[in-house]
Amino acid sequence: MTTQPKTLFEKVWDAHLVRPQTDSTPAVLYIDLHLVHEVTSPQAFTLLRQRGLKVRRPDQTLGTMDHSTPTTPRNSLGIIPVVDVQASAQLDQFTQNCQDFGIPMYALGTENQGIVHVIGPEQGLTQPGMTIVCGDSHTSTHGAFGALAFGIGTSEVAHVLATQTLLQYKPKTMAVRVDGVLADGVVAKDIILAIIAKIGVGGGTGHVFEYMGSAIRSLNMEGRMTICNMSIEGGARAGMVAPDETTFEYVAGRTYAPKGADWDAAIARWRALPSDDDAHFDAEVTLNANELIPMITYGTNPGMGMPIDGRIPDPDAQTSVAARTALDKALGYMGLRPNEPLLGKKIDVVFVGSCTNSRIGDLRQAAKMIEGRKVADSVRMMVVPGSQQVKRQAEAEGLDEIFKAAGAEWREAGCSMCIAMNGDQLQPGQYAVSTSNRNFEGRQGKGGRTFLASPLTAVASAINGHITDPRTLLVPEMA
Amino acid sequence: MEPIKSLQGRIAPLPINDIDTDQIIPARFLKTTNKDGLGKQCFFDWRYNADGGDREDFILNQPEYRGASVLVAGHNFGCGSSREHAPWALLGMGWRAVVSTDFADIFRNNALKNGLLPVIVDEETHRQLVSLAEEDPTTEVAIDLEAQMLTLPDGRKVTFPIDGFSKYCLLNGVDQLGFLLSLEEEVGQYETASPQRVNTLA
Repeated sequence: MTTQPKTLFEKVWDAHLVRPQTDSTPAVLYIDLHLVHEVTSPQAFTLLRQRGLKVRRPDQTLGTMDHSTPTTPRNSLGIIPVVDVQASAQLDQFTQNCQDFGIPMYALGTENQGIVHVIGPEQGLTQPGMTIVCGDSHTSTHGAFGALAFGIGTSEVAHVLATQTLLQYKPKTMAVRVDGVLADGVVAKDIILAIIAKIGVGGGTGHVFEYMGSAIRSLNMEGRMTICNMSIEGGARAGMVAPDETTFEYVAGRTYAPKGADWDAAIARWRALPSDDDAHFDAEVTLNANELIPMITYGTNPGMGMPIDGRIPDPDAQTSVAARTALDKALGYMGLRPNEPLLGKKIDVVFVGSCTNSRIGDLRQAAKMIEGRKVADSVRMMVVPGSQQVKRQAEAEGLDEIFKAAGAEWREAGCSMCIAMNGDQLQPGQYAVSTSNRNFEGRQGKGGRTFLASPLTAVASAINGHITDPRTLLVPEMA
Repeated sequence: MEPIKSLQGRIAPLPINDIDTDQIIPARFLKTTNKDGLGKQCFFDWRYNADGGDREDFILNQPEYRGASVLVAGHNFGCGSSREHAPWALLGMGWRAVVSTDFADIFRNNALKNGLLPVIVDEETHRQLVSLAEEDPTTEVAIDLEAQMLTLPDGRKVTFPIDGFSKYCLLNGVDQLGFLLSLEEEVGQYETASPQRVNTLA
């Protein structure tokens, strides 16, 4: 008997069908892991209460506080004070909801708390072949392990809480092939910024990406997470990387990873997940890693990106009215002129953090570049670890001391200035180089202007006080 | 949820591509734990001055567009975050439908679950609607959900796609949770047949 070759996505999808799609109903998809946080869950819990429903599988659900949490230092009692009354009430309600419904939860400042997309992989909860959802569009991050992971709205949060299932139409697939070898100073963030610049912010709508090719294979798990994280910025709800030895090595031994015979069985299952040869993809896009240089955005969506030595596009050179209008509006907001270079552009803030780039590897790279150097006097640099565990690890390695000695702020774990709803934000008109994922108008604070880039570009720019090609500041050990 | 069969209303233009959910409802307003008051915060940073007054340069603030209920927006409307606060805010501001050439996936899903109709039309119809809205703010369109038909003032009718299940739920005023709850037995069978992958309580 011959079977139809399947993609990684199709294998995971098919294995989770409680009920296939019919003419009148979408597919019913079983969810292995549901991550919840304080911002997109309150109204879902309210709905459950109104209908007298329980959480079907609290043992497949995990809560953490991250979005509206301050990242300011602990007080003398070791507590991170929440001074914002509304945020405080939201966090209290989240605690109550998790308690009432029996959901394990990592409270602010506790041992394992952190950004939801950092803690899942860190705890070994994120594993190949799983379905993972969260009321957060960057849930695509977990796809780096070969899981099908995507963001959902609050109504769907209620669906999963109550039934552990979701109604979904089967998306299309897009192969995103990146072959070649990255040059020194060019990292995973540059790959994904280049892909989004190529396809645009709506280029992946309706699709699940599978990232493949030699450049993806040679990335460690953190690099793969950075790339999958920003799938949504290309319009795709999910992005996946086939699991391999790199994946297994990362997962092995983590708190929730399978142990002993279960581990062996899991590895056997996971080895069958990669897309079959000749599996069909609905679309394909390619990128040559050999030609890639550090990338940076200049506009107000993540698709408005360019090589760091480039010049800002000219609205008058755009072929469509819509593109011209969009670029005009973006440059107006950003206070930038057509055809000017970004290198040398003075900046006010550097933010190293977010679910895109706040893991220990990101912080090690950043620390290596800034060690023995100083943040420019005119720049405020914030380093925000993605989780309490990342923070402890960084401190054990002395990275915090390196950042502080350079004049950067070392903060508590959370989403921080990526979402700017927690006290960490730009002032109107300020320019920031940010390692986060969105440069939308006001995203990092009302009137704030964001350049998205890699941690290396962010640090190099912090040192010089203006946008800098990180390849000019590489230290020998980084090569 | 109230059943929606059809609606008729004035159109207002916002022909900007890639309007993201941070523009529809800025993140700083997501500290709420209910759905109240989001309408006033919809498009906040485009809509209000620093002193809280209306910005004159925001087209939806023009008096002739007050009371419009069908927003004609640019391509890829609702991209960005998964916040369902976006359709809640749009509904709170008085919008019943958004017409565009394309919607971001998560936004469209969220809108359909809240009775905000995402109406996808072709480029030419879209251009025509934008022009009509800009030239004559009294322009009305009719949207017939049952027939999946949008009727322009000149009588021209264009069909729009919507998945059958969402349509059924909207026409009958039922939400999708009820359907999922009715499948409890099948979910149980799946759970019996498939080993649990992780246990967060272990």
